[in-house]
Amino acid sequence: MDPVALLSPADFAFSDAPPPGREASSGVAAAGESAGVPLLGTENLTCRFGGLTAVDNVSFALREGEVRAVIGPNGAGKTTFVSLLCGRIAPTSGTVHFRGKDVTKLPAHRKVQAGIAYTSQITNVFGNLSVRNNVMLAAESRLRNAQGRRLTSAELAAKADRALEAVGLSSRMDEKACELAYGHQRLLEVAMGLALEPALLILDEPTQGLSDPEIADFCTLVRAIAASKTILLIEHNMPVVMQIADRITVLNRGQILAEGTPAEIRGNHDVQVAYLGT
Amino acid sequence: MTAASTRKSIFLHLAVVAVLFGLQFVVPDYDKLTITRIMVIAVYAIGYNVLFGYTGLLSLGHAMFFAVGLYAAGLPVYYFGLDLPLAFALGIGASLILSLLIGVIALRTSGVSFMIVTLMFAQAGYLLTFHLTEYTQGDAGLNLPASIRSFGFAGITFDLTKPDVRYNLALCILALAILIVFAVVRSRSGRILVAIRENEERTRMLGYNSFAHKLKAFVIAGGLSGTSGATFAILFAYVGASFASIQNSIEVLLFTLLGGAGTILGPLLGTAAMVYLVDKTSEFTTAHLLIVGLALIVLVAWFPKGILGSVRERWVKWIP
Repeated sequence: MDPVALLSPADFAFSDAPPPGREASSGVAAAGESAGVPLLGTENLTCRFGGLTAVDNVSFALREGEVRAVIGPNGAGKTTFVSLLCGRIAPTSGTVHFRGKDVTKLPAHRKVQAGIAYTSQITNVFGNLSVRNNVMLAAESRLRNAQGRRLTSAELAAKADRALEAVGLSSRMDEKACELAYGHQRLLEVAMGLALEPALLILDEPTQGLSDPEIADFCTLVRAIAASKTILLIEHNMPVVMQIADRITVLNRGQILAEGTPAEIRGNHDVQVAYLGT
Repeated sequence: MTAASTRKSIFLHLAVVAVLFGLQFVVPDYDKLTITRIMVIAVYAIGYNVLFGYTGLLSLGHAMFFAVGLYAAGLPVYYFGLDLPLAFALGIGASLILSLLIGVIALRTSGVSFMIVTLMFAQAGYLLTFHLTEYTQGDAGLNLPASIRSFGFAGITFDLTKPDVRYNLALCILALAILIVFAVVRSRSGRILVAIRENEERTRMLGYNSFAHKLKAFVIAGGLSGTSGATFAILFAYVGASFASIQNSIEVLLFTLLGGAGTILGPLLGTAAMVYLVDKTSEFTTAHLLIVGLALIVLVAWFPKGILGSVRERWVKWIP
């Protein structure tokens, strides 16, 4: 089944969020960025672990509706950077803004409630629960019905089923999560992220450990999700990044080395040096 | 969980309460007393299980909540002749407040540190009972005078020297504890507690305030333990320091493990099995703890999920 058809914006869009206008051409994104307040922004964000500065004075802006990839060599600070965004780690200095509000000091669970969902680099599902219960647990966290009440279990199940259908796991919803193959567990992670119905979905190395056909399906899925959501993606797999990102931010030694469209990044001399050495 | 399994589990719990009610008409007086004791202690284990079985937090100091319920109910009765229902409420209130305070501190830690912090608090409480020997009489404890062994409530006079009255009061409190835990486990909170047990970090990253939920479990567990302690003081007219000792903290863990952690009726089953095992074996040997130890080894080796946990895993999957 075509995932694009399943993920109509009405399914996953927020009632309080305007429908995102995605430009067909990724190049337009840069122009739009200065026009309004970005969905997510950081100012001079810094994180030190003892003598190591993992994230160094990063000022970053993410426009609503874009697919942004964060790339960089190993140890560049990518995971630390998104951990600061989603609240798993507190920054040493600097601020994080989300939808115009300062969320720097919010604990992780409050950031999720505000609309920032994070799927982790290591597969991290509830192994002893069924696939469906995993997703229902995510849906139960922040979804409310039109009257502002918590959803009933039937409504939660319906939400979970739709998220599972979107990632193609419908046929396995009654299996225990720990019994799923690795690639399917990654998809379950994404389904849990979707079921939170976030404004921003952060995917940390989602294709790690997937086979080539699985990666191809995954790219289709991300494009489908991107129709209604902003996505921040950490990814090592360059073909994936080039294919699905509107814009790319390159981190190196905790600092932003370059930012631009995939074509710009591909032609950037500094990036080539950072990746390949001189 | 489906509607059918909900109906079945409600029926099961009602049946257990009904059987316990019926038992008093068929068992001899001695067993009636033993079952009364089991029912009171089971409330302690059922509460402990909310924290250990459902939330996955291993406290080694739960005797302090049992003891605070025991002393907060027993001492005012002994010294000031306080009304028994009021003393009972005082015991529960004290344990709720103490568990809230200790929970806020202890839950900043996890794993082994949590075990040690709870153990240390409990040891401090235990030593406090000796420090205040003047009032508590330490290990020897205090026997509440017979003159205050009855109370009037809702126009009825309850005479606590009568085994039947004690039995049925204990049963009422046990039934209430089962009802409370059943409601918690089947609620949204219950699902979140299990999620925290399975994977706390992920639960937090799904937007749940894991600290607040763990604190809730801690207070429910502490409150039920204190209820058990207050009931014990009032029904058996005795308060003593041994109930604050580490042995009482470990025993409740064993009862829960034996019956099945993470099942509602497991702790009741575990308490009953262990109390009877100790009782029966001590009739013919002074080495009864050896037999208890062997039983535990068998349990851990072959039934690591406890009696009811194994039953659920192998045969009756709908048991809550």
